[in-house]
Amino acid sequence: MTTPPAAPGNAEPVTLVQAVDAALEAELAADPRVVLLGEDIGRMGGVFRATAGLQARFGESRVVDVPACEAGFVGAAVGMCLAGLRPVVELQFDSFSYPAFEQIVCHLARYRWRTAGATEMPAVLRIPYGGGTHAPELHSDSPEALFCHIPGLVVVTPSSPADAYSMLRWAIRHPDPVIFMEPKRLYRSTRAALPADPDPEGLLRARVVRPGTDVTIVSYGPSVPTCREVAEMLAARGTSAEILDLRALWPLDQEAILASVRRTRRCVVVHEAARSCGVGAEVAALIAEHAMFSLDGPVVRVAGLDAPFPMFMLEDLYLPDPGRIVDAVEEALR
Amino acid sequence: MSLGFRSVGACAITRRATVLQLRRSGGGVARHGYVLDVIGSFGMGSGMPASRRGTGSVAVRAGSALARRPADKLRLWKMMVQLRAYDERATLLQRQGRIGAYPTFWGEEAIQAAAVLAVGDADWLFLSYRQNAVPVLRGLPPEQAWAYFRGDPRGFFDPSQFGCAPQCVPLATHLPHAVGWAVGRRLQGGDEVALAFFGDGASSEGDAHEAMNLASVLRAPVVFLCTNNQWAISTPLSRQAAVDHLSARAAGYGMPGVTVDGYDPLAVLGAVAEAVDRARSGGGPSLVEASCYRIGPHATADDPSLYRDEAEAALWREREPIGRFERQLQEEGHLATQDIIEEHERAASAMRDAGHRLDRMPVPTGEEMTAHVLAVPPPSWPRSSAPTLATAEQ
Ligand SMILES: Cc1ncc(C[n+]2csc(CCOP(=O)(O)OP(=O)(O)O)c2C)c(N)n1
Ligand SMILES: [Mg+2]
Repeated sequence: MTTPPAAPGNAEPVTLVQAVDAALEAELAADPRVVLLGEDIGRMGGVFRATAGLQARFGESRVVDVPACEAGFVGAAVGMCLAGLRPVVELQFDSFSYPAFEQIVCHLARYRWRTAGATEMPAVLRIPYGGGTHAPELHSDSPEALFCHIPGLVVVTPSSPADAYSMLRWAIRHPDPVIFMEPKRLYRSTRAALPADPDPEGLLRARVVRPGTDVTIVSYGPSVPTCREVAEMLAARGTSAEILDLRALWPLDQEAILASVRRTRRCVVVHEAARSCGVGAEVAALIAEHAMFSLDGPVVRVAGLDAPFPMFMLEDLYLPDPGRIVDAVEEALR
Repeated sequence: MSLGFRSVGACAITRRATVLQLRRSGGGVARHGYVLDVIGSFGMGSGMPASRRGTGSVAVRAGSALARRPADKLRLWKMMVQLRAYDERATLLQRQGRIGAYPTFWGEEAIQAAAVLAVGDADWLFLSYRQNAVPVLRGLPPEQAWAYFRGDPRGFFDPSQFGCAPQCVPLATHLPHAVGWAVGRRLQGGDEVALAFFGDGASSEGDAHEAMNLASVLRAPVVFLCTNNQWAISTPLSRQAAVDHLSARAAGYGMPGVTVDGYDPLAVLGAVAEAVDRARSGGGPSLVEASCYRIGPHATADDPSLYRDEAEAALWREREPIGRFERQLQEEGHLATQDIIEEHERAASAMRDAGHRLDRMPVPTGEEMTAHVLAVPPPSWPRSSAPTLATAEQ
C-alpha cells in the first residue's frame, strides 16, 4: 500500500457522491490496473452519478457496463483480481448485494487463504446503503453486519465527503477485499472541500469527530450527522458528548473505542441497521470484555428495529432520530 | 418445457444457423429439422441414454491438427494413464484412511486430458472438485493435491504457478472467475484463454447462466466445458434439464455450442481446440458439452445403488475411454501391448511414491488457520499467528 498522491487540486466544495467520483477518477488515473464494473455506470454514470464522466475519460474497457448479474460480475471481479487487476464494483443498491453473497463469502473473502497467500483480492465493492430517501421496497437496507461476520473482508463506511474521498482511495489501494458502504442519504446532504492529500490516517482508524467528556456516542455512516445534532442539543443542556465515527466496521478500531469509553465512562452506540447482532452488539461486547470496570453505566444501543426496513411512510419511525438518541444518552448517564 | 424450447427455440436457431454452427440434419434427428453439431464416434448403441440414442448419426469432425499427429495422440494417452493412476491411488488412499472423502473421476480422463492438451501453456483452467488432478498434469505434485483431501492447508497452491485456479466446491461459482480472468488478461494486452470445467448439475446454477451470458456480452475468450456425466449425485439429467443436449443452451447466449463424445479423446481435443482458437482470435466464448456417464460413485462416501441401476453403470464401464483409445492406437500402429503395460506400471509406481511422500508431510499447526486470510491482520487475531503489515506490504 502506497500513500495515494495528492488530489488534482479541487478547491470547490463537493458532495459525498462527487467525492466518490473524484476518488475513482484519481485512482483510475493513477493505476492502469484499476477497473470499474457495474450496472449503468458507463454512459449514464450510475444511478447516483457516482461514476459520472469516467467512461468518457477512461473508455469502455476500464469502466465496464455489465448485464444485470450481481453474482456474475462480482465473480468476474474475483477473476480480475486473479489476473492482477484491482476491480472496483458498484452494486446498485444495498439489497442487490444479496445475489452476489455466495461469491463474496465463498470466493472474495477466501481466495487469498485458499491460495496460500499467493493471490490477493484487492477488489472494492461499493454499496450505497441505508434509508431515509423515500425509496421503494428493498432500496434502504443496512446489511453491513452481514459482511462484518465474514472473515476475510474489510468493511468500511465514510460519513463525510472528505472521508469518502480519502477512504475510497485507500480502499482501492488496500491489499484485501473492501466492502465500501456508502451512506446514500448523505450523498448530497452537505458539501465540503476535498483534502489535498488523502487523510494519512488510512482506512482502518476510527475518528473522534467531536470531542467530549461525559459520554461517548459511537456511530458510523448515515447516523453520524444525526449524532452531531444531538451533541449540540446536549451541549445546550450542559452535557458534553464525544462522537466517535467508527469508519471501519471490521476490523474495529478497538483502541480508539476503548480509549474514549475509558475517558467518558459512558457509551451509547447508534446505527440504523437492525439491532440484534448488529455492529453495536460487537462494540458493546468489546467494551464489556475490556473496559467493564471503567463504566459508570450500561452501554445503550439505538438502532433499527428487528423488522424488515419499513415502507417509507414509516421510515422516520424506524431510523434513529435525535429524540431516541437523547433518551439513550440520559439512560447511559443515569 | 421441452416443447416450448422446440417451437420457440427453433426459429431463433434457424435464423442464427451460421453463427451457432448448427447444421441441417440428414436423418430427421430433431423435430425442428436442426440438431446441434454433435461430434464424436457415438458408436455405442444401447449404451447411450435413451434420450440421446436418436443422435447416433453424427458427424465425426476431423478435429484440429493436434488430434492427428501421432506424437500428440501418444502424449494425450500418457496424460490419461497418469490421471487414471492418480485416481485409483487416491481411491486407495481414502480406503486406507490416509485421505478423507474423495471424488473419483474414473472414466472422465479423456475429457480432462484432452482439454489440458488443447489449451496453451499460458491459458488458465478453472476447475470443479472433479478435476482435482488437472493441476497435476501441469506439474503440481500429486501428494500436494491429495493433501487437500486429507484436510491439510498444504493442499493449497499458487494458481499462477500451474495456470490452474484452485478446485471450486460451490457449483459453477468459478465460471464467473474464468470470465473475469479472461477479460482481465485481455485488458492487459494478453491473448490467453480461460477454460472452465463444470458438470451437468452445475449447469443449472444461476452462476453458470450469468457467466455464459456475461462472457458472450463481453466477447470474453472463454471455453465453457461441460462434463455431462448424466448424474449430479443422485439427480439424473432428466431432473436437471429439459433439453436433449446441454449445448443447446449456447443458442440462448449467442455462442457456438457443440456436443462431443466424452469418451473419445480426439473428439474432445478437436472441439476444445477449435473453441480455444476461436476465443483467442477474438471470436468470443463457446460451450462444449462432453457427454459421458459417471461410472463411479459421486464420491467415496456415496452408494449409487440407492438411486440407480448399477448394471447400467457396468455397461458404461466397458466403454471407458482408456482401453478404447489404446485399441485405436494399437490398430493405427502407434502402440504395442508391451508399451501399454509399461506405461501403466510406470504411472502406478509414480503415484505409489507420491502416496509415501504424502505420509511424510508434516501435519499443519493451529497458526495456519489465520495464515493468509488477510494481508493486514485484524486486532482480533492472536498476535503471534498473524502476519505483520510489514510482511504484507513487501
Ligand atoms: C452451490 C452448491 N450446491 C450444492 C452442492 C452439493 N453438490 C456437490 S456435487 C453436486 C452435484 C454436482 O453435479 P455435476 O455438476 O453434474 O458434477 P459431477 O458431480 O457429476 O461431476 C452437488 C449438488 C455444491 N457443491 N454446491
Ligand atoms: Mg454430473
